[in-house]
Amino acid sequence: MAAAERPVIDPADAFVMEAPALADWLIVAPLVIGFIFAALCLMTRKDTARQPVIAIAGLVLIFLSVAGLFVHVLVNGTVVMAMGRWLPPFGIAFVADTLGAAMALVSGIVGLATGIYALREADNTERRYGFYPFLLMMLSGVICAFLTGDIFNLYVWFEVLLLGSFGLLILGSRRDQLDGATKYAFLNLIATTLFLIAVAYVYGLFGTLNMADIARKAAVMDEVGPRLTIAALFFFAFAMKAAAFPLNFWLPASYHTPRLAVGAIFAGLLTKVGVYALLRILLTIFPADRDDLAVAIAVVAAASMLLGAIGALAQTDMRRVLGYLVISGIGIMLAGLALGSATGLSGTAFYTAHSMVVMTALYLLVGIVGAAAGTFDLHRAGGLYATAPWLAVVALILAFSVSGLPPFSGLWPKIFLVKASIDVGAWWLAAAILVSGFLTTIAIVRLFAFAFWRPANPDMRSLSLAEVPVARLGVPVLAGLCGLTVFAGLYPEPFIQVSDRIAFELMNPAGYIDAVYGPTPAATEGAVQ
Amino acid sequence: MEIAVAALTGLYFAVSIYLMLSRHIIRILLGTVTLSTGANLTIFAMGRITREVPPIIPSGLYLPAEGAANALPQALVLTAIVIAFSLFAFLLVLVMRSYQELGTDDTYAMRDAEPEGEPLPPLGY
Repeated sequence: MAAAERPVIDPADAFVMEAPALADWLIVAPLVIGFIFAALCLMTRKDTARQPVIAIAGLVLIFLSVAGLFVHVLVNGTVVMAMGRWLPPFGIAFVADTLGAAMALVSGIVGLATGIYALREADNTERRYGFYPFLLMMLSGVICAFLTGDIFNLYVWFEVLLLGSFGLLILGSRRDQLDGATKYAFLNLIATTLFLIAVAYVYGLFGTLNMADIARKAAVMDEVGPRLTIAALFFFAFAMKAAAFPLNFWLPASYHTPRLAVGAIFAGLLTKVGVYALLRILLTIFPADRDDLAVAIAVVAAASMLLGAIGALAQTDMRRVLGYLVISGIGIMLAGLALGSATGLSGTAFYTAHSMVVMTALYLLVGIVGAAAGTFDLHRAGGLYATAPWLAVVALILAFSVSGLPPFSGLWPKIFLVKASIDVGAWWLAAAILVSGFLTTIAIVRLFAFAFWRPANPDMRSLSLAEVPVARLGVPVLAGLCGLTVFAGLYPEPFIQVSDRIAFELMNPAGYIDAVYGPTPAATEGAVQ
Repeated sequence: MEIAVAALTGLYFAVSIYLMLSRHIIRILLGTVTLSTGANLTIFAMGRITREVPPIIPSGLYLPAEGAANALPQALVLTAIVIAFSLFAFLLVLVMRSYQELGTDDTYAMRDAEPEGEPLPPLGY
């Protein structure tokens, strides 16, 4: 065939022609760094002295890249990068708006904190069996789930982080770990499969997998039935991932069984990925269906926060108290999603970041407390105020922060959420937030009173912090995380500004769509026809 | 054709839910495998099934012929199969290991992580 017969093909119809700005590469940096360093850690797994150094270097680089990305997004707005330069919706797009970048930043902080803590906790056998590779893979999976703009790609990241978490959960292979891991693995696998089924329906209905493309097609679709079915299926799948009532029982069955560093990163990251996915799907993509589901979400939210707080009251094991507090926090995050107002969503965004930091810190704290007291049992622990007074200060700050008492970071988002509930007359939701806060205070301050204030049990030998190996790096890490919650509590203005911006972006998905497709309303209309 | 595949998918989902309601881990495992097969069939049916025209661009043209089969669902299904298979392999080993350690595959008897009859937390200070 002669070349002259060929029609002129303009590559600009299918490709992004200009090279992305240098700063835009930050959006894929966590993925690249995480996978390269996970591979390096795997190669050096027998060199248990050098491997942690490589892992910490990787975690620091991931933290720096997500911090850079967050600043870039704050200054320049939503960052979009098309993989393989294919124009959306043909290729996979990574999209970092303020919500995604902020969640990625907090994940970077949590990952680094637990990685440093684990230097003294994970033993050489666990390092050889891949503690750090799993940690890096899971962290990359979580961060990429926050940054991807493609719904099938989100499913892939869910599986990546799930496989990393399986590895971390069973390191050690004790009986209770295998038992907890079985329940965790099955429930999460079923939830991701349901998510995949919902993705299949999205593809069948809209013919696309790009989130911005689905959002603009869903907005002009008149048939409510299929759209609402898909939104409800997504809500079911992600609520299961987030451990919301009544699909919460896998969390307290498994999170207390592995190392405390592993429990800390799970509590900090995994359930919050479910919350993030709910915010993204129900607000950016299907906002009309969120309105229809609002009452159901509110009931699930209120039940989760109350059940979590009551469950925490009933536990004798300190680690399991924390497992129930994670569920209670998920309920509070869902409250803002149920309300859907700017104040409520701002509260949810702030509370999610607060909860990621504080729950991680609480798990690390209980790790040190358990090692120093020689037990996690509330009946037998005691006397730590005498041996570790400064740890007691940190513990009390974290206890107040998780209960939402002033002057720490849990206070402000709860004020927003209570105000948003009262604004729409949902007094029962406001009451649930306040009652769960009250019950949480009892549960966590009781932990403090028994572990720290009560005189030491004469049969138990409680160690001073100098004798506890995890404390040497654990206490500085805890102090850092504590500093964050104190700072956010005393000077909340910048945090509130960011969460207000997140709420604004979530309530106006047009900004997200324009960032992916360019602000051309006429072209958008044409594409939908 | 879609109706037949949809009916088959429904059958898969029914079988998987029945199996997952069992108390025994090995049946739940088979149920999750059936569930992911059902999900794969759903993706396949959602791409609309046209078997007459292969998705090959004929010589001299720049677009595939009208009514050509949709190739994208096959890429999605392939990804999903690989992921589901790796998770199945992991779960199989996990179930095997926990059966060896715990000596049971009955979920009612698997109470190592949350022992039965735990004492109440201390009620007074």
